[in-house]
Amino acid sequence: MSVISLTPLDLALTAVLILILAGLSLLLRLGVAGQLLIAAVRTVVQLILIGMVLTTVFEFAKLQWVALITILMLLIAGREVVARQQYRLAGWWGFGVGTISMFISTFTVTILALLVIIGTDPWYQPQYAIPLLGMMLGNTMNGIALGLDRLTSAAREQRAIIEARLLLGQSWREAVRDIRRQSMRTGMIPIINAMAAAGVVSLPGMMTGQILAGSPPIEAVKYQILIMFMITAGTGFGTMAAVWLAARRLFDDRHRLRLERLR
Amino acid sequence: MNRFTIKGLTVNGTGPLDLELQSGDCICLSGPSGSGKSLTLRAIADLDPHEGELAIDDTVSTHMPAPQWRRRVGLLTAESQWWADTVAEHFPSGDGVHLSQMGFDDAALGWNVSRLSTGEKQRLALARLLANEPEVLLLDEPTAALDKENVAQVEALIEQYRQEHGAAVLWVSHDPEQIRRVSQRHLRLRDGHWEESP
Repeated sequence: MSVISLTPLDLALTAVLILILAGLSLLLRLGVAGQLLIAAVRTVVQLILIGMVLTTVFEFAKLQWVALITILMLLIAGREVVARQQYRLAGWWGFGVGTISMFISTFTVTILALLVIIGTDPWYQPQYAIPLLGMMLGNTMNGIALGLDRLTSAAREQRAIIEARLLLGQSWREAVRDIRRQSMRTGMIPIINAMAAAGVVSLPGMMTGQILAGSPPIEAVKYQILIMFMITAGTGFGTMAAVWLAARRLFDDRHRLRLERLR
Repeated sequence: MNRFTIKGLTVNGTGPLDLELQSGDCICLSGPSGSGKSLTLRAIADLDPHEGELAIDDTVSTHMPAPQWRRRVGLLTAESQWWADTVAEHFPSGDGVHLSQMGFDDAALGWNVSRLSTGEKQRLALARLLANEPEVLLLDEPTAALDKENVAQVEALIEQYRQEHGAAVLWVSHDPEQIRRVSQRHLRLRDGHWEESP
């Protein structure tokens, strides 16, 4: 099966659907018509730009270009993690905890998959490395943001309990153990649910895309399983690392809860 | 322990507090609400950053891991905190050594925390703290929320522990009658400074 290439006219026809939706929103005074149109324009501009960048990177396939793009992706994801938290660690830590955890988990799992499992040549081949890392980052970012948000909110809400436990001679690890577990669970539940529902409730986007682009369904399924496992591992490891690091930062060397480190 | 020393303790502009307590001493601290009494006790338990030096005999607090310090210098707050379903889960080793002295039998360990009365909660919180066998007791208005009968019971239990274990006691109280009943010495906090009170 070959790929049916989409013409600008095809895309323009789907854009008409967005225009109709915007018109209807305006008519019903939903107050989202402007946002909807801006978001649609952003989708077009951002995706065309990334398409152009990827075309260039795929053509040259140099390690330094792949490294540059992946680091940029990581930094943007790190910023997104910070933005999604109601209370975040002050200073460098707010950005550092999420970004370092994402770096360790997503880069390790992606490089492992490229080297050992897929076996691309060269191992950093951008057609594989960039989309894989992109999917890993997107999901790990969600897990880490959810886990950290839960941790910092719970630490504030349960301050009296944490301190009561410290006063009984518990270490910071013991005093925050329950909250840490809940936070890790909160970060991992969405991806576990996504695995459980894959193929039954939802057809994952990547697999659908591959099938639309002409791959045999079984090949697409194999890739989807690989991606699902990678994403789950990356999200799990990343969330655990981030929650552990942030929990450590909430206490000082004298095992005191330092909520003023949140802002 | 023979001696508990507080040297130049300053917290949030309150102090300095200089005190030496011998084994078995009980000193009461009082002062207006929000003046820094509770903060002072928290600092002595090393729960907040502070200036000054705290020592049990010749060992200063910073030469001891903080959890160990807090087991030896135990703080009881006015309102107890509970984080698990049953009483037993809140005791360090799962058994309540001091339960019988607090007027409970072993069955109390299986009780659900949500069904405890305020008086029961405070007596169990005291038992939980005493299970660590602290050498210094820091009491932050431990009977503020209790009725007369429970106040007498808690005072008696603290007195018994003080006598049997030779613990030194620092007791924050608002009640002049209670201060007269339980302490040998009384310090008042006025405008951020500690003064001897007759």
